[in-house]
Amino acid sequence: MSGKPPARKKQFVPKIVSANDLFEGKVVYLKDDGAWTHTLRQAAIASNADEAEALLALSEQPGQVVGPYLLDIQLRADGCPAPVHFRERFRELGPSNRPDLGRQADRKIHLCSDTSNQAV
Amino acid sequence: MYRYDEFDAAFVRDRVSRFRDQVERRISGALTEDEFKPLRLQNGLYLQLHAYMLRVAIPYGTLSGAQMRQLAMIAERWDKGYGHFTTRQNIQFNWPKLKDTPDILDALAAVGMHAIQTSGNCIRNVTADHFAGAAADEIEDPRPTAELLRQWSTDHPEFAFLPRKFKIAVTGSPNDRAVTKAHDIGLRMVRNGAGEPGYEVIVGGGLGRTPMVGSVIREFLPKEHLLPYVEAILRVYNLSGRRDNKYKARIKILVHEDGLDEVRARVEAEFDRQMAEACGPRVQADPAETARIAAYFTPPEFDDEGDIAAYHAARDADPEFRRWTETNLAEHRQPGYGIVTISLKKIGKAPGDATADQMRAMADIAERFGHDELRISHEQNVVLPHVRLSSLTDIYALLKANDLHEANVGLISDIIACPGMDYCALATARSIPIAQDIARHFADPTYAQTIGEMKIKISGCINACGHHHVGHIGILGLDRAGVENYQITLGGDHTETLAIGERAGPGFAAEEVVAAIDRLIEAYLLHRENPEETFLLAYRRLGLAPFKAALYPDTVQNAA
Repeated sequence: MSGKPPARKKQFVPKIVSANDLFEGKVVYLKDDGAWTHTLRQAAIASNADEAEALLALSEQPGQVVGPYLLDIQLRADGCPAPVHFRERFRELGPSNRPDLGRQADRKIHLCSDTSNQAV
Repeated sequence: MYRYDEFDAAFVRDRVSRFRDQVERRISGALTEDEFKPLRLQNGLYLQLHAYMLRVAIPYGTLSGAQMRQLAMIAERWDKGYGHFTTRQNIQFNWPKLKDTPDILDALAAVGMHAIQTSGNCIRNVTADHFAGAAADEIEDPRPTAELLRQWSTDHPEFAFLPRKFKIAVTGSPNDRAVTKAHDIGLRMVRNGAGEPGYEVIVGGGLGRTPMVGSVIREFLPKEHLLPYVEAILRVYNLSGRRDNKYKARIKILVHEDGLDEVRARVEAEFDRQMAEACGPRVQADPAETARIAAYFTPPEFDDEGDIAAYHAARDADPEFRRWTETNLAEHRQPGYGIVTISLKKIGKAPGDATADQMRAMADIAERFGHDELRISHEQNVVLPHVRLSSLTDIYALLKANDLHEANVGLISDIIACPGMDYCALATARSIPIAQDIARHFADPTYAQTIGEMKIKISGCINACGHHHVGHIGILGLDRAGVENYQITLGGDHTETLAIGERAGPGFAAEEVVAAIDRLIEAYLLHRENPEETFLLAYRRLGLAPFKAALYPDTVQNAA
């Protein structure tokens, strides 16, 4: 028998759910209990496809948020779910040309993304 | 300047009232996001990366001191103390809360402003030459035409759901400062053999994913035929424009696919039908109404020249002031007057941003020294169209006190940049930090003047809000496998000789862009025949090769 070798199963990339808050448009992340948080490190992490599907189902709260979606993260050693894509890094921090605005300006929020590359 | 009549005011108030009800129903849960989204977009409200964004129309870029002051109040009361002036001559507020937006729209209505048709597949805010009514080279002020089109197109039921958005620009000068050849319809005022003013009608221009230079569909259109002819174009587009693919839905694709001659034949047939219908042109504007509109745009009563000698003495005495007048002052048709461009491109700041304090300062200056008129240019600067040369020292002092005195209009640091990924949900990369880095690198004013006229235009995605296709140097930010990457185009031109820039080669990482631009400039200075030969002229004479060699020295070396 010949043929292609079986395709290697693509490794699942851990995910979280993010959306924009309905009232102010702020970036929010879904927690385990279905509530929304402004702090990325509090986000519920899906470690497999079933968990991701369940999180997405939990996020359907049209009276609270707009446009929930799954995004890829990399779980850091300190427990922070760092977004893989740079777009999500800017969403977490705020405009890179205005460090005085957005989440990066709020000292109460523990940020996961590295702010060192933000323009000043 | 045009002032709302009772009908205009009532119409805008009614729209705000309806939107207030829609917002309340969205917050209560009575409307879903799918139901609400088209309603909010029709009122200029977007949802971006970090917050909502409200895009406010500034028709043909003209506003009064009171209107600018109201924008400052809105920025301070409901936003974060600043606004962003755009390449569509509009202003965007980046941080409004949903519940506040009806109040913001009410505040706008109080000064005759709104956010209607700043989004959606409709006829958008009509743009015009920012030097309208003041330029020395003008045939006729384009703003009465733009205002007539604004009134005709606002809430036009037939054109509320076009295949795609539709942009119209008007210029009254042979030197095109309104980028008319990159619009769905561009109108250029011209005179016929008998010396009568009319329009050269250009159709099918556009930037974005598929950049196209507009084509002349009618060489001379009598002024009174404007509305039936534009309506004929819109009607043909509305029926024939593609709706199956949003990337092929603009009129430029229809003109490209069906051919200009075919589109022209259909437009002319529709125009003829309209002109014959009901014993006359059905939508031809009432001459009394066009006269009423035109009366709002009569030139201000110009004052006497004042002390011109003192102005010249100040230029001789203060090199900074002199440099500013060399770059930021344009010729006015009235002797003793000038047109001032206030640069919103302070080195290191986001192009087009102004704080509430700066907006108030500009409003004050316009009221005191500029016949109460301000303009927003598509190059993201603010224009004082009518100022006495003898007032310039006072104006400059006030601008300096408010950090608005950058002397760089038309130079390398006068960069157009869209908001990019710092704000925009559509962006694939950032624009603003690239503009900031380039401006900082070329901050030396003497070096900038040595380089001379230079238009760098940066877009953070293929939609080209930063007009990168028509920049002498265009920069397009893309996402290449999860990394920001910047493609460079060369030789673009936004004027009456509009040209789409040529892609130079592979893109650059964000941290490589400034060095790449530096190499381009070095090559230009090396190769230009004389200081009068601008970058664009040198590029047209030399072609891509020497600039490509400068951009990719390693590739050229390896190939040798």
